[in-house]
Amino acid sequence: MTDFLQLLFSGMSTGAIYALAALGFTLLWQASGTINFAQGEFVMLPAFMMLAFLSAGLPLWACFVLTCFVAVFVLGWAFKRGVVDPLFRHGMMPIVVATIGLAIAMRNAVRAGYSAEAHPFPSLFPDAIYQIAGVTLTLQDLGTFVLALALVLLTQAFLGRTVTGRAMQAVAQNTESASVLGINVPRMIFYTFAINAVLAVAAAALVAPSYLAKFDMGEGLGNKAFFAAIIGGFNNSRGALLGGLIVGVCENLAAAYISPAYKDAVALVIFMIVILFKPQGLLGKKVERKV
Amino acid sequence: MKKFTLPLLLLAFAVLLAAPMAFKSYGLYLLTYWLVFIIAIMGLNLTIGYAGQKSLGHAAFFGIGAYTVAIMMKAGLSFWLGLPAAALLCFVVWLVFRNEEWLTGGTFGLNNIARPQLFGLSLEGNLAYYYFVLAITLLLGGLLWGLLRSPWGKAFTALRDNPIRAESLGIDIRRYTLLSFAIGAAYAGVAGALFASLVQFIDPAPFAIASSIMMYLMVVLGGPGYFLGPVLGSAVGVVLPEWLRFAQGWYLFVFGSAVVLLMIWLPDGLLSIPDRFKARKQARQASAARAASAQAAAKGAQA
Repeated sequence: MTDFLQLLFSGMSTGAIYALAALGFTLLWQASGTINFAQGEFVMLPAFMMLAFLSAGLPLWACFVLTCFVAVFVLGWAFKRGVVDPLFRHGMMPIVVATIGLAIAMRNAVRAGYSAEAHPFPSLFPDAIYQIAGVTLTLQDLGTFVLALALVLLTQAFLGRTVTGRAMQAVAQNTESASVLGINVPRMIFYTFAINAVLAVAAAALVAPSYLAKFDMGEGLGNKAFFAAIIGGFNNSRGALLGGLIVGVCENLAAAYISPAYKDAVALVIFMIVILFKPQGLLGKKVERKV
Repeated sequence: MKKFTLPLLLLAFAVLLAAPMAFKSYGLYLLTYWLVFIIAIMGLNLTIGYAGQKSLGHAAFFGIGAYTVAIMMKAGLSFWLGLPAAALLCFVVWLVFRNEEWLTGGTFGLNNIARPQLFGLSLEGNLAYYYFVLAITLLLGGLLWGLLRSPWGKAFTALRDNPIRAESLGIDIRRYTLLSFAIGAAYAGVAGALFASLVQFIDPAPFAIASSIMMYLMVVLGGPGYFLGPVLGSAVGVVLPEWLRFAQGWYLFVFGSAVVLLMIWLPDGLLSIPDRFKARKQARQASAARAASAQAAAKGAQA
């Protein structure tokens, strides 16, 4: 039983990071119909930006803030203007392929331009271990889980409670009526991209200490986040949280109880089961199309 | 355009026949590799470009084809038994390959996969194998061409353009969706079988989700729904990275950036260039006609 709880907890902290990346997926999908196959690389790049700032001698928090600004500019504004805007009206396929190309370019730019090695990344939390009812908790796992969860909930509160957030949701639901109501649609879509970029920076800061910063770290993370987003329901941001946690926990349990070799298949198996019975995802709503 | 089609096709065929003379063995290998991918991408183009489905599992079928042939030939069975078996056997989960080491060599892979014989003719040499793959590519291309002009092909495009309308016209959506996937998968299976014999060593890596994504990329780059799209798409996916080797460590960066720029320039794929010229010409003609009729109307009003 303690083993089980132990696995559950460490799975939840991984799952919370998946949820952060998955939330970005669903946000972009809702606001602009973009499936971003470079989402994993959007987490990898900030990790290296922070490392670069760190090696310049800045404290970690300053690196984080600076990276947020750079990321909002590069992964938010430049990505939207350069890739998404010109391809938006051509449907989904060109955007998907362009982001695949972008992922390859980003991954290999870091490999060739920075380093192909895995780099250690300073933890946001001090080394501390707690024993609760026989379960060992590291502050690292606990803090990652709490922080990631807080960020997801904060984003949701922003979307649901503030005027700007509700305007963003209106754009996601019906672009035309939103612009009729006087909402600045392009700006709201830009906000979505900016939030996605900041979430990616946060995910980078949380994932890199335990999994190290490496040029190909985004590949697995992006895939898991993609499946988590679909499991939870692509058109529901709460679904991303649920999907991320399910994937993280099940993966950890399967690695321990079934076989570590099949760990990476867990997300796929859950994905297939969910799609079979509920194609719109666990929390997703069905969208009807016109004839 | 129509009158050029036949000579152009003949020219392309002649080039493909003569191509091996110009290449050393690595070039020939790459050329064969390209042909193998054309077959796989043709199948995926049917699923994505013609029937309008989404598929990110194509590499798995490719892998099933490769492993089926490899395992059967290891067991001493004929390639000619393995090829149809590969085309049929497309329902096994990819991961089994990775973990059932007794059968598949696990992550160490299988090596020394022999090449087939045809009527007692050995295809062991690179040149012979190239012509063999070329023949199969042309054969499967011809089959697909026929399929697309048949009522099935029309049903696929109807399904892509508007599934609900297609259903109301009496097309069984579920059946045709499954069919488009099954035929696409069979093409991938054949390609995988040829791949195993070409490379003579297989491990699970080329059949993971990353290569499914690459295959999707090749379809869209070439032009989904264009018959010759896969030829160009797989050239971009297979040959372009090799050409870019001069960029050394940066070559995949250049490749990725090229993909992004290509997509922004031609969102409908490389083969949309002629269509684009045609559309521009038509627009010019239409505006000229409009101007002429406006002039005529003005004259009429004066008279």
